[in-house]
Amino acid sequence: MGKVGLFIPCYVDQFFPRVGLATLRVLRGLGLEVEYPRDQTCCGQPMYNTGCSREARPLAERFVRLFAGYEAVVAPSASCVSMVKLHYPELLGGTDEVRRLAGRTFDLSEYLVDVVKVTRVEGEYAKKVGLHRSCHGIRELRESSSSERMDAPFDKTRQLVSQLRGIELVELDRPDECCGFGGTFAVTEEAVSCMMGRDRIADHVRAGAEVIAGYDMSCLMHLDGLARRDGTKLPIVHVAEMLEKARLSR
Amino acid sequence: MIHSHPDKARAFVADDERAHWHDKALWFVRVKRDRGAATVPEWEALRTAAEGIKAHTLSRLGAYLEEFEAKAAANGIQVHWARDGEEHNRIVHGILERHRVSLLVKSKSMLTEELHLNPYLEARGIEVVDTDLGERIVQLAGEPPSHIVMPAIHRKKEEIGELFHEKLGTPKGLSDPTVLTGKARVHLREKFLSAQAGLTGVNFAIAETGGFVVVTNEGNADMGTTLPRVHVASMGIEKVIPRLADLGVFLRLLARSATGQPVSSYTTHFHAPLPGGELHVVIVDSGRSQMLSEAHRRKALSCIRCGACLNTCPVYRRSGGYSYSYLIPGPIGSVLGPHRDLAGHASLPFASSLCGSCTDVCPVKVDLHHQLLVLRQEAGEEKLIPLGKRLGMKAAAFAMARPGLFRAGGRFARWVLRAAPGLARFGPAAVWLRGRELPEAPRESFADLYDRETAGKPEERS
Repeated sequence: MGKVGLFIPCYVDQFFPRVGLATLRVLRGLGLEVEYPRDQTCCGQPMYNTGCSREARPLAERFVRLFAGYEAVVAPSASCVSMVKLHYPELLGGTDEVRRLAGRTFDLSEYLVDVVKVTRVEGEYAKKVGLHRSCHGIRELRESSSSERMDAPFDKTRQLVSQLRGIELVELDRPDECCGFGGTFAVTEEAVSCMMGRDRIADHVRAGAEVIAGYDMSCLMHLDGLARRDGTKLPIVHVAEMLEKARLSR
Repeated sequence: MIHSHPDKARAFVADDERAHWHDKALWFVRVKRDRGAATVPEWEALRTAAEGIKAHTLSRLGAYLEEFEAKAAANGIQVHWARDGEEHNRIVHGILERHRVSLLVKSKSMLTEELHLNPYLEARGIEVVDTDLGERIVQLAGEPPSHIVMPAIHRKKEEIGELFHEKLGTPKGLSDPTVLTGKARVHLREKFLSAQAGLTGVNFAIAETGGFVVVTNEGNADMGTTLPRVHVASMGIEKVIPRLADLGVFLRLLARSATGQPVSSYTTHFHAPLPGGELHVVIVDSGRSQMLSEAHRRKALSCIRCGACLNTCPVYRRSGGYSYSYLIPGPIGSVLGPHRDLAGHASLPFASSLCGSCTDVCPVKVDLHHQLLVLRQEAGEEKLIPLGKRLGMKAAAFAMARPGLFRAGGRFARWVLRAAPGLARFGPAAVWLRGRELPEAPRESFADLYDRETAGKPEERS
């Protein structure tokens, strides 16, 4: 296989470096050649979702330049991946280069399951875990089935982490309701955003979760910020961190 | 901005108990919809078929409308065309005037809400009574509907008891829904018996037969069109479907999407006037052909007004119908309103976390959250985004285009957050900090850790 370009979203680079490191180790642990293009910054999603496509475009263009040479681009974030995969073609016009990149950019879970074809996970995570599947992973990347569509249920992330020894995945009342982060929505619609987040936390607490796991640190950062403010003991963990010490095999 | 969704939503959320009651009431309907949809093994195939039929119809809408007109006329239905609300209201008033109508009973119609028919007729001395129970409640309360299928969903039963006591003279303190419905029934029967004309909306008009279909749960459309001799039906141009065979696709989707019922209580087919009576259909454009002419807006015309996107929307459930500036609230309203008048509804495309639940629940596959994202870009182009936000994005984009600046700026910001966390309250994170904590700022960024990891040096815990 050729080189994997590691895409670490800007806020993960700055605030959750451990998640980036765990992603790097999971990929290298599979024997893959992984490189982190140092000049990467932001994919442009915050600007695009705010309606500022003029500001987003140059960032998207430099992202395409930086990552064009890799066989695959992998990120620990479904939301940022959906920006590249689904929205770059409409933002930049569907040139061959953009389409090629869009087709080769993956969130960690889908890369492991669909491309590397990991079927076995040997490791331990002895906790009651509430899995927060973020909206862009569900309804844009289709990493799992959504509760609205009447398709056969599937979940690529669950497929991986459920194999960890000792893990207990709790059942939520609303399995895929939005946490209310939504990028700048979290600030523009602060009141509704916080209520949505608190309702998610309450669902996880009621279900008996000891920790909230997810594949988008942005949702988790929002939920963690609310839980800490309210004095709720509910730490967050990224799927990459859960898999970091496990042995993955095809 | 005159009407901003965030301000109204904040006020709604402030009443925590009520906001949660509203959220749970609508989530209950969403769950019923899920159960209903799950009973149909071919649900997703039906959605695809419905999407296709609508796309096809919209691609040759003029031809299907003219076919409908010709067939309807052959059945004895009088067909009228109205360019806008003014023309529609004038036509309806003309019909009623000719028959010396002093009382008109109406079944549910979001279209006549859009066209402001009630005040138009009332100003001309005609009493208009909405006969759908929820619509009657909001009419008595002097409010617009807060939901397109359940117009009074924002009202608790105790409040309805109070309203009926005040307006209908029922005993004080009633709150039993069956008792209250019984009172409304008696009140409405009197209206049905004395009205000289009935007005309905149209759920589906069928080009092939020249007939149309009205779907209700209360039978009020049937009462209102069988007792009076004159029936006026108002329909938007997007309501036509080609064949009778297509109808089943939509009926199976509509009731389940709206309330989870396998079928609505009443599905009434109208083909001709009552003996000795008159049946009029008024076909209204009112901005729809403009939407049809623009490829990226066209799909919103497929909407069959089931309300499923409202029930599923985590923002609608927690902000209520009145937080939206357009008369149709929720995701579909946040698309339709700005498609008509972006400047007038500039906050609506942003009243969404873009979670996509609306798109997945929509029985005709309108790409709602994607249309909201497109409308945001239009708002950006037309400078309808608040200045602070625009400048913030410009500044962020400037820094993000310069990796050196991004890294130095990030290092500095993290240092400030560690050294003087109190300062964050005065920076761009101020709003975030109202209800949430910021993440802890680590000493090293991922780029720093990557260099060390790749050089094989041990990690330094921060």
